[in-house]
Amino acid sequence: MATKEYSFYPGCSSQEGASSSNYLVSVESMCEELDVKLNTIPDWNCCSASIGYCGGGELPRLTLSARNLALSEEHNPGQDVVATCAACWLATRETAERLGEDDDLMAETNQALAEAGLTFKNENKIRHMVEVLIDDFGYEELGKHVKKPLEGIKIAGYVGCQTNRPFGIEGESFENPKYLDKLVETLGAEPVENYEKKVSCCGGALAFSEPEKSQALIKEIIESAYDGGADMIVTPCPVCQMNVEVYQDKINAKYGTKFHIPVTYYSTLMSVAYGRSAKDSALGGQIIRAKQLEDIANK
Amino acid sequence: MSDMNVAMVERYRNNFLKEVEHNVEEGDWVKMCMQCGVCSGSCPLGPYWDHPPQELFMMIRAGKREEVLTSTSMWMCTSCYNCIVRCPRELPITHIMHGLAHYAKRLGLAPKEQPTFKFSQHFWNNLVKKGRVNELKLGLSLYFMNGLVEGIKTSLNMAGIGLGMLKTKRMSPMEMIGGHSVKDTKGFHAMLKKAEEIEAARVEKYGKGS
Repeated sequence: MATKEYSFYPGCSSQEGASSSNYLVSVESMCEELDVKLNTIPDWNCCSASIGYCGGGELPRLTLSARNLALSEEHNPGQDVVATCAACWLATRETAERLGEDDDLMAETNQALAEAGLTFKNENKIRHMVEVLIDDFGYEELGKHVKKPLEGIKIAGYVGCQTNRPFGIEGESFENPKYLDKLVETLGAEPVENYEKKVSCCGGALAFSEPEKSQALIKEIIESAYDGGADMIVTPCPVCQMNVEVYQDKINAKYGTKFHIPVTYYSTLMSVAYGRSAKDSALGGQIIRAKQLEDIANK
Repeated sequence: MSDMNVAMVERYRNNFLKEVEHNVEEGDWVKMCMQCGVCSGSCPLGPYWDHPPQELFMMIRAGKREEVLTSTSMWMCTSCYNCIVRCPRELPITHIMHGLAHYAKRLGLAPKEQPTFKFSQHFWNNLVKKGRVNELKLGLSLYFMNGLVEGIKTSLNMAGIGLGMLKTKRMSPMEMIGGHSVKDTKGFHAMLKKAEEIEAARVEKYGKGS
């Protein structure tokens, strides 16, 4: 297969020393194995995720994403924009759709962009990395790259919210998407069937502002993974990953549970299954170590 | 009361629905709500809303302006989008909640002690500064948003999590000094300023009743 190229929007949390820097490392390894070239949008900015709305009105927020898209059109012409972060993907795609439907907003956005010497034409598709994997490769092709099947590991596919709603992955339902389960199977591991909390909210950004309420939600997500016999949880979203991994001690202290379950990205699993090292798969980024993956990677 | 709030009360009198349609993001959808309540039942933090979305929509139509705009309710939205995909009338409920929250803040009516009100404003200020979020400063500003004593308590309470993030290189003390930034900060700031001006002028225009 020829090299596939995409215009890449990595997002704030992927940066060096940021909360999902490990996600980016594993994505880069995964893409090397799949012969995917990610052309980072030069000088990209924050999309304001879904939490900047207090200070940011509609137009300033749309303008943020429009700047990234305008830069992408200028520097990576004709390429689909791909994001790995769920919130980045959502905010960017929402912007393209809303400006596509509203000529006045589009004109106002371009008036603002002109101050930075940019113009947004709305020419390209905005996609999540998971869409690239499923639509541009497909499970069969993804399976061909597996060198070390993840045998004997049972994994709960925690899809979460923003890669699932409101856009979701083509052909999947909002209430019971199966793509993570299929991906887990493709990599030789065993998916948790009927993982009840697979699309439940972890609190998102409110894990910071409403910690108790969010941790109550996270507790159920983890409990339901354990109920399904899971050894680990996999997710496509940086906020889901962090929320479900880092608060386990707090939840244990409050509820008397004994949670200690690794939470990885799909790209972590793929990188290991594709034969890459623990370092290339960013296993060192796990606060709760994924020992079963380490064993396979070090084999 | 802020000047803008006074102007809006004058302008719209008893027609709060019209005010929302004109000034709130996606506000022209509010009238389409058929009061089925699926949004309220689908919300992960549903039990904590004083007035769940469906109720807010009815209150808007009933002209309960102050109750709606001073409410903590829309600040409970986690942006999970459950309500959006389940609404039989396809109202963009999540966006309307964000829009109501922003409008309440613009008029100076939002509950200033509400934690998500504070966090959301901190997040915006943080990203605007350099064009990219500085997670370390954001986290610290959040811990200390209720004052110094409370901040030290929260920091100690969260120290375990911070240590885990540091050890795995998912947090960096270097962010305290410089931190990540866009290169064209000048253009970035000029662009945002312009967008804010255009939006303010639009609200101003409705406020004046032209």
